[in-house]
Parts: sequence; structure tokens; C-alpha cells
Amino acid sequence: MPRLIKQVAFYALVAFIVLQSVFPFYYAALTSMKSGTALFRVNYLPVDFNLSNYMAVLGNGTFPRNILNSVFVATVVVLISLLLAVTAAYALARIQFRGRGLLLLTILSVSMFPQIAVLAGLFEVIRAIGLYNSLWSLVLAYMIFTLPFTVWVLTTFMRDLPVEIEEAAIVDGASPWTIVTRVFLPLMWPALVTTGLLAFIHAWNEFLFALTFISNDDLRTVPVAIALLSGATEFEVPWGNIMAASVIVTVPLIALVLIFQRKIISGLTAGGVKG
Amino acid sequence: MKSLLAGCTISGAALALSLLASTAARADEISIVTGLVGNDLGLLQEQLKSFEDKTGHTVKVVSLPPSSSDQFSQYRLWLAAGNPDIDVYRTDVVWAPQLADQFIDLTPYTEDVIDEYFPSTIRSQTVDGKLVALPWYATIPGLYYRTDLLERYGKDVPKTWDEMTTTAREIMDAERADGNASMWGFLFQGAPYEGLTCDGLEWLVSSGGGNIVEADGEISVNNPNAAAALERAKSWIGTISPPGTLSYKEEDTRGIWQLGNAVFMRNWPYAYALGEQDDSAIKGKFDVAPLPAGENGESAATLGGFNLAVSKYSEHPDAAVELVKYLTSPEAQKYRVMYNSNAPTAVALYEDPEVQAKQPFALRWEDSLETAVSRPSNVTKSKYNEVSSLFWTAAYNTLSGNGSAQDNLEELELKLYQLRGNGW
Amino acid sequence: MNQKLQLSASRRRWAILFVTPMLIILAFVAGWPLLLTIYYSFTDASLSNLAAAEFVGFSNYLSSITLPNGRTLTFGLLADAAWWQAVWNTLRFAFVSVAFETVFGTVIALVLNRKFAGRGVVRAAVLIPWAIPTVVSAKMWGWMLNDQFGIINDVLLNLHLISTPIAWTASPDTAMIAVLIVDIWKTTPFMALLVLAGLQMIPGDIYEAAYIDGVSPLKVFWRITLPLVRPALMVAVIFRLLDALRIFDLIYILTPNNEQTQTMSVFAQQNLFAFDKFAYGSAASTLLFLVVALITIAYIRIGRINIGKGA
Repeated sequence: MPRLIKQVAFYALVAFIVLQSVFPFYYAALTSMKSGTALFRVNYLPVDFNLSNYMAVLGNGTFPRNILNSVFVATVVVLISLLLAVTAAYALARIQFRGRGLLLLTILSVSMFPQIAVLAGLFEVIRAIGLYNSLWSLVLAYMIFTLPFTVWVLTTFMRDLPVEIEEAAIVDGASPWTIVTRVFLPLMWPALVTTGLLAFIHAWNEFLFALTFISNDDLRTVPVAIALLSGATEFEVPWGNIMAASVIVTVPLIALVLIFQRKIISGLTAGGVKG
Repeated sequence: MKSLLAGCTISGAALALSLLASTAARADEISIVTGLVGNDLGLLQEQLKSFEDKTGHTVKVVSLPPSSSDQFSQYRLWLAAGNPDIDVYRTDVVWAPQLADQFIDLTPYTEDVIDEYFPSTIRSQTVDGKLVALPWYATIPGLYYRTDLLERYGKDVPKTWDEMTTTAREIMDAERADGNASMWGFLFQGAPYEGLTCDGLEWLVSSGGGNIVEADGEISVNNPNAAAALERAKSWIGTISPPGTLSYKEEDTRGIWQLGNAVFMRNWPYAYALGEQDDSAIKGKFDVAPLPAGENGESAATLGGFNLAVSKYSEHPDAAVELVKYLTSPEAQKYRVMYNSNAPTAVALYEDPEVQAKQPFALRWEDSLETAVSRPSNVTKSKYNEVSSLFWTAAYNTLSGNGSAQDNLEELELKLYQLRGNGW
Repeated sequence: MNQKLQLSASRRRWAILFVTPMLIILAFVAGWPLLLTIYYSFTDASLSNLAAAEFVGFSNYLSSITLPNGRTLTFGLLADAAWWQAVWNTLRFAFVSVAFETVFGTVIALVLNRKFAGRGVVRAAVLIPWAIPTVVSAKMWGWMLNDQFGIINDVLLNLHLISTPIAWTASPDTAMIAVLIVDIWKTTPFMALLVLAGLQMIPGDIYEAAYIDGVSPLKVFWRITLPLVRPALMVAVIFRLLDALRIFDLIYILTPNNEQTQTMSVFAQQNLFAFDKFAYGSAASTLLFLVVALITIAYIRIGRINIGKGA
């Protein structure tokens, strides 16, 4: 009996967690199917099933292109950051050299400056190297928040792996590069996928840089494209379209999570690494 | 385009091409940033198309979100970096003095056409003798009222704030007693932002409370009339205006209005066309009047509107000026006004029979264009945004019960003196 | 430390090779803009004419003049009540939001770490708040919190928890609460996912041993899980803390210009771009940086987070 109660309590908790996460999204989806004055009325269940907002968003010429831009930028940012971060993290976590703590703090300090203050200076840099109005400007700019994050998280996880796992490889005379790719990468999957995913979403959602460094509509990324969705007149906020667009851009991320599921959860067993 | 053509003159075909191009004067590629959206943007694109056909230039539209404070920040950043990628900027009426240094003086280019515009709109864009931008269209707020409700309860359109308050209260109470629990009396924009400065300035001026900062630079805001005007607005919150007014911008008020849940609303002309849409609960049941007056003043409406300016960093200033003149010309304004309800800035259109027939609403504001109240942007120059921010904060604090109007205005006066220093 | 792992010169060379590319990119995207901002904070720069900026020493931070009548007036950021209000708002916001996010995130991570039917779907669902762009979620919540057509008030009214609708984002008393609700909702998944990754890195057979020994679940959590997941948790908290201390967009969209929710970043933005006070805004950014750095270092010290030692 107590076991049953525990089960029920557990699933109630799960239900609550799902409800609070999903409800605003559900409400957004609900709103996305309304239009006109109906937007201002409260409903809990779908009253009409009107896909015109979705049609409007997807048919607006550049929106599908904007999604591809975001996919490109976020993917490249994550790949480069993970590559740089895994190797850097190995150096910072497993190789003894002087000034490691200071170096880690310096890297972290990049994340202590308000993004808004970096904007003007970064704009100058982007223009100086001719990347203005190019997706590569965003790839470069997003390193400012993905690199410190990925380096720190991966360093933490790598430091906690037992010494023994690389001992054999070192004795065999393997180079650090081989050790990183052959020994650590397979063990680091949950951490890599998790940090990659979080960094991906961060890059996917960034607004300020994307607004400032890009001026062509067909090069815009998704958050800016959504902000540019507009009503017929200046003050009118096109709630229906905005919600439809948000639903559209959230779906790929959910798909991403579902695809990488197993990797997040693979994990270690102590036996596997001889702990 | 020019350099491209110059680069390949060796080939005969290119030579022919460049000859062709030279007949169309110089074909430049220019960029315009407007922050226009939706229908307005579509309209602009049609007009740009005919400009391109006429002149041979090509025009690229750089889009920005419709929030005007975001636009201002972007402009600042681009202009500070000397960005040559954008030639023409659409500017709010209050931006001209703040960005004056970075736009070219249009005076020499516009001597032939300057008389076609309302002098007040030209004055608002002239800073120290320099014409910073050409007026494109103006917006003048009004008092939206429900014709059906006023009729049912036998009330006249209020001329003063006190009449408005009483009427709003009576009708609201009666409607609520009738079962319409979500009815409100009066809607206005009370969130702390530029919109509150506009609303607040109207309360002040219409009550003889001054212009916050007068044209000669004098700081006049701390006076009993102004305090009384703010206190009156405070008395609306929670009685005839929803408590949420403190977070409302234009669109929030329109939402409630269009559901049929208010007797009066202060708003810009855009709400007119939307209220007449088919799914609107108040279609055919409302009209717009001048804003009410106070005891010591006359009806006052804040001048809003947009202008076109040419960047100092433009590499094609001549083509850019050509575009600005084209878009603000009476013909182009006429084309626009046929589709929206903003007031044109070209004098001739107010006598135009076609416009009179098609858009009588937009022409209602002819008198207001000369009498509309300008925010103190010309006198406070680059400090205007801060002045405005200090003012809306004082107004917001008063509305939300954080200090009395008198205390808040006293503090505001002090801060304005400090901000002014030795001069604006 | 294992003698066999004495570091050879070759390993150190590899370390340099591994760290350098990352440092070059960071110097490029962050180094120059940071130095520029700090420089401008000591000038009288205006965005209308950056080239004309002149060095003015510390006067953006603190300066004073003595009037002929002997009264001394102080100016500058350190004497600016609005700035200190922003600092206090930020600290309060960061502390409360990160505390809640840590607790909720850990609970969710523990739930997700168990095997149950439908776990995959739940995991994706939990991530949704983090996945929606802030630009959108802030507006969405603003909509839901609206006093007239917001669903939150409707729910509370129907449940008879309140008698009249609350103007969440409007009233000075509730604006901060509204911001906190949205931020906690939005960033808890970040915490949960990082803690989950930490939990997943714990070798499974440690639990098996505890299970066989019949240790109570609560004890397992305090004695085994928490110490093992601590490094991951601490890093997650650092990054949440850094983000919370610099929070900008959520507040900028949800409760703009509201004194009660104005944070250091919002204060900086206003001065940098909206007002003609670029130098003052740069000084605010620099001071913000120092405040954040101070808190982070204190946190690393107090939390005894390992940053120097390796495995």
C-alpha cells in the first residue's frame, strides 16, 4: 500500500512538472489558432482550429529561410565551441600547468560583462573584419557566451573522471589528442550532449546581436524574424502570428531533444571505468 | 553598381550597358530603414518600386521591429559607428534634435518644396536652423467614445476632463449594474514609457500646467495646475480606469476597447480603422473627438508622427535626398493616405476632393496640426530622452500612489535642474 | 597525485596548443569590446561623436564640486540613487531566482533520473520553457499576466484565490514577483538538465551498493548523490548566477522602465543608448562587471569550488 501511494505521489509530481512546463506553450498554441478580437478572450480549450496564422508565417517569404539560418548558426556555433572546449577542458582539467585557476577565472570573466555593453565594441570589430550582414558574424559573436560555458562545464566533468582511465593510454604513449578523442569523448557523451544542447538553444534564441549585425531579411535568424512579424498597423501586435511562429520554432528543438535522448542518459557504470 | 560597371568597360557588352546606365543619370543602390510593418510596409514597397522605375536607383529596405525605443537604440549604434550601409532613416518627431549631428541639412535641397508642408511640421524638424528631416505623416491622438452608450444614457461628448470623468463613471456604473461586469470608463496609456509622457503632457497643457520645459529652456513643471492634472489622472486609476492601466501601452488599451469594454479611450488614429473591422465588437458604434480640456486650459493633443532623414555617412546623399523628397511629396503622401488614417503633412491634400471623399477621418486633424503640442524635444536637444524618462517616472509614481503629485513634481524639478546644468 | 602522471614538457606543450585557439577567439570577440568599454568609462564620450571623447578620470564614477557657499555636491555613479536601486534590485532578483531554480532544477533532475514510463517525452516537455526564445516568452507571459484578458487572473479568479484581477506587471508591488515567476519558469530546465547530466555521470553501481545495504533514499541523496553531483551543481549555479546578475531582455520586455525592476544591465542600456550618456553607461557596465566578479569570486571561495587542482 505505501508503495502504491509513493507511486501515485511520484506520478502526480511528474504530472505537475509537465503541466507547468507545457501550459504556457499550450496556451501559445491555443492563441496561435485565433485571430482578430477573439485573441482578447480567455479560453482553456481550443475553440476553433484555424491554421491561417501558420500559413501566414510560413508563407511570409523569408521565414523558412530564417529557420535554416538559425539552424546553421546554432549548429556551427555548437560544433566549434565543443571542439575548442573539449580540448581546452582536457588541458585545464588533466594537465598540470601554472596559472590554471587564473586562466579559468579569466575565461569566466568574459561572462561577467553585460552583453549590452559589448555590443558597440563588437559591432566595430565585426565591421572591421568585413563580417557585417553575414551569418558568420553571429557565429563569431555567439562564442562570447558559448565558449566560457562549454569550457567550464566540460572542465568540471572531466576533472571528476578517475585518474585510471587515461593511465593505460599514457603508458602506451598515446598523444593527448588520441586520449581526448579515444578515451574521454566516449565517456563524456552525457555532458557533451547536454552542454551542446543548452548552448544550441542559447544561440538559437539570441536576439540582440542578431538584430544588430544583420540587415538583410533573408539572413535574419528566428528570434529577430519573430520580432519583425507585425500586425497590419504600427501598434498592433500580431499575437496569433507570433504564437504560431513560436510553436513552429520550438518544435525542432523538441525534436532535437528526443533525438539526443539516449545520449543524455547513456552514462557510466563504475565497473566500466574501473573506479 | 557604379564601380561594378566601371570595372568591366573592356568588354563591348559592358560598354553598351554602361552607356545605357549613364542615360539614366547615376544609378545608385540605397538603403532605407523605416521600422514600418504590415500594410504600411507593403505600401512603402509599392512606392519604392515606382521610385526605382522612375529614377533607375535601387532601394533596399532594412527592417526593424516596430518598437520605437528599439529603433532609436539601433539608429544610435549605426550612426555612432558611421555606418554607410544605411542612407535614409525614418525618425520619430522627437528624435530630430537628438540625432541632428548625424543627419545632413536638407535646407539647400528643399527650397523649392518647403512651402508644401505645414510650417509646424517643418519647425519641429528644424534644429538650430538646420532642417534635419522632412515630415512624412503626423499622428494626433483623440478621445474615442462609444456613440451607442452616450446615446442610450443621453450624454453629450465631454468637453472637459471633469465631464468626461462624471460621464464615464455614470455609464460604467449603469452598465455594470446591467450585468456587464468588465465595463470600464476610460482607457489611457499608463505604463512608464514615452506614451505616458504624451498622455501626461496633454493633461498638463490642457490644464494650464505648462510644457514641462518651456521653449526658452525654463523648467516649468512644478506648478499647482500640473499637480492638479496629475492628481486627477491618479483618481481615475481603479475607479474609471483599470488598475492594470499602469502597464498599458496603446495596444493593451485597444484590446479592451475593441471588446466593447470601455466608454472612452485616448488613442492614436490607428485604432480607428481597426475598430471598424468586421469582427470588432464596436464596429459602427464609436467616434473620435478632440481630447477634453481642463479648467485653466484648452484641449491639447500631443503631436506624433514620422519624418525622413538622410545619414551624414551616406555614400549616395543625392540619391537619398531624391528618395526622401519623393516619398514626402504631396503625390506620394496622397497615395499613402488613401490607405491609412494618419494625417498627411502636405497642405494641399486637405483641399483634395478625392482624399476628402475617401479618407475624411485622416483630414479631421487639419486644425490640430497647427495647434498640437510638441514635446519639449527641440529645447532639451540631446537630453530629451532623459527628460521624458524623468517625467514619465514622476507621472507613473503619482499614478501608482508612490508619493503625491506635488512631491513627485518637486523632485522632478530638482532632477531637471541637475540635468540641465549650465544649459540644455 | 600519481607519480606516473608527472607532467612532461610534451604534455604542457599540448596544453598550450589546446587552450590557445579558444583564447584567441575570446580575446577577439570579448577582449577588445571590454577594453573599449572600460576606456570609455573614463571619458566624456557621447554616441553622437565617439572620436571626440576626452579623458575625464573618475568623474563618471564620482566627482564633487564645492559651491561658493561651502556646500559640496557629489555626482557620478557612486552617488546615484537610481544606480544603487538597480544594484539592489539585481541582487535581490539574482539571489531569489537562482535559489528557487536550484531547488526546482534538482527536484526535476532527480525525477528525470528515475526510470519510468514516458520518461523521454517528459524530458522533452521539461525543456520547452528554455527552448522558447525570450523575446517570445516574455511577451507571452505579459499577455498571460494581463489583468483584463490574462489567463492567470482568470484561473486564480475561478479558483477563488483572488477576488479582483491583479495587474501583475503594472503594480510596483507585484512587478518583481512577475519577473521572478517568468524567470524561474524559464531557466529551471537549464539547471535541471545540467544536474541531470551530473547525475548521469555518477556510476550506477554506487547506488546498487547502497540499495543492497538498505540505506534510506533520503540518506542516499544527502550522503551519496549530493556530494557526487556537487561539482556539476556548482557550475550550473555559477552560470545561472552570472546570467541572473546580468539579466536584461526579460525585464526590458516585461516591465520596461519600471523603477522596481530596473536592473544593472537595464540601467546601463538606458544610459548607453536611450540617453545621451554613453560614458556614464560604460561606467555602469564596468561597475556591473566588478560587482559580478566580486560575487563570483566570493561564491567560488565560499563554495570551495575546485578551479586550480586537477585530477
